[in-house]
Amino acid sequence: MLVQICVGSSCHIKGSPEIVELFTKAIEENNLQDEVALTGSFCIGQCNRTGVTVQVDDVIHTGINRDNFKEFFEENVLKVIKNERV
Amino acid sequence: MRKFDTKVQHLKYKVLREVARYAWNDTLLENVLKIPEMIVPGKTSTMRCCVYKERAILEERIKIVMGGDKENPNVIEVIDIACDECPSAGYVVTESCRGCLAHRCEDVCKKGAITFDANHVAHIDKSKCVDCGQCAKVCPFSAIINRKRPCQNACKIKAISINDDNAAAINNSKCTACGACVYQCPFGAIMDKSYILDAIEFIKNSEGNKKYKVYAMVAPSISSQFTYAKLGQVIAGLKKLGFHTVIEAALGADMVAQAESKELSEKGFLTSSCCPAFVSYVKSAFPGLVQYISHNLSPMATLAKYIKDTDPGSKVVFIGPCTAKKAEAQLEEVKPYVDAVLTFEELQALYDSRDIDITTLSEEVLDNASYFGRIFARSGGLSDAVAQGLKEQGIDFNLKAIPCDGIEECRLALLKKSKNVLDANFIEGMACIGGCIGGAGCLTHGEKSKAEVDKYGREALEKNISDAVSVLK
Repeated sequence: MLVQICVGSSCHIKGSPEIVELFTKAIEENNLQDEVALTGSFCIGQCNRTGVTVQVDDVIHTGINRDNFKEFFEENVLKVIKNERV
Repeated sequence: MRKFDTKVQHLKYKVLREVARYAWNDTLLENVLKIPEMIVPGKTSTMRCCVYKERAILEERIKIVMGGDKENPNVIEVIDIACDECPSAGYVVTESCRGCLAHRCEDVCKKGAITFDANHVAHIDKSKCVDCGQCAKVCPFSAIINRKRPCQNACKIKAISINDDNAAAINNSKCTACGACVYQCPFGAIMDKSYILDAIEFIKNSEGNKKYKVYAMVAPSISSQFTYAKLGQVIAGLKKLGFHTVIEAALGADMVAQAESKELSEKGFLTSSCCPAFVSYVKSAFPGLVQYISHNLSPMATLAKYIKDTDPGSKVVFIGPCTAKKAEAQLEEVKPYVDAVLTFEELQALYDSRDIDITTLSEEVLDNASYFGRIFARSGGLSDAVAQGLKEQGIDFNLKAIPCDGIEECRLALLKKSKNVLDANFIEGMACIGGCIGGAGCLTHGEKSKAEVDKYGREALEKNISDAVSVLK
């Protein structure tokens, strides 16, 4: 699974460094280093006012912030990987 | 508010703008021959002896704007017919000499080159004179002047000579493409090749960034430019031109500061590698010191590599103050990452070729780099950043940096190093006076530039290098 976190200017000031950190931690905690490749992207083209844009494989998610990160990670990363395994 | 320092820049801008305007519409080929007459209409000359010569020179400018002479590897070219063949006699006595009694000029001349005629007026024997300038300094009437061509005066590394036709000629094996002569020639007879057509092609063929993305990477010195508008409007203008997004090259500078401080602590002595004119100068003038040049790519190339690694197939256009970056982009190790280099002059022409008035646009954000990455734009900033890089990484290394402001200071430091008498372990080499803010591709050069860069640095969201770099996995 390829996770691209937008680190363009707009997302950067809305907290992409923190989301990168949260992702790194969550991947380690769940032992997903072999399954998830984390990378940056300069602007996914979905700039908005609510949070950071993250692209998981082909799906673009917007508005990720520290408050909804846990939920987002479980729904869009953990669940997807689990389904792939089945 | 003024957009350019000189009328030469303005003339060059007009050519760039008109060429770009037709290129956007795919009508350059049928209209290119009309451009000289559009810029110089009518029958009355305003710059040269006649409108025909003015137009002939404009044709040469158009060629250079369209990429220039492919046979000539240098990105800096002389327009022979535009060269005014300025006097170049060196020190001469002018009619201001009053034939005084003191003869300070004679006394100070160690070469015995000064004689006097029947009216007691001084004369300089050119076969003895070594152009030391002492006589000019002591003359109480300032009657002795130095007739030196502005291009040769600008080129501190002496890469410009005079050819058989009395026009300026560039020695390509010495030239660092810094552009000092381009900016200083009062007749605009030396120009940097433009890649503006490449940039336009990239944007057009991307079909709105759908086929591939076109990234604009801006140098931090942009904060001292386009002073008639807000920086956020400059960014908005770039997106309006059709770039997918705008990224700060200063983030590449953060990456370089981190890697270079580590490299320095391992090797014990280093020179910077950010300024392409400085690197080129070390290679041609001090080949024995090449081993000390940092192995890191420049900030431009470092960040462009990151972009190409994460988004293969994309195009990266660097926009900065520098003509030497155009040469750097052609190096084998940089070519795969940087697709075109534009100057701020060329960006102004691009905006106007699309009739984009950036002062009317709403501001967009630009925030990728730290304070330290951003202050690379001015002399001393790189040394500060390397000190910070050492500190943040907890590396115990006693940094003794020598920030060299301009190529003459670089030469002195390199000379000392080559004789093993340099009391420093890091040479920050910047070919232009003031650093990048003094670059030949800047629209304006002024006292405030450094303060503008520092202010922009302080506005960065990230205060530390490691914080800025932390987003790049």
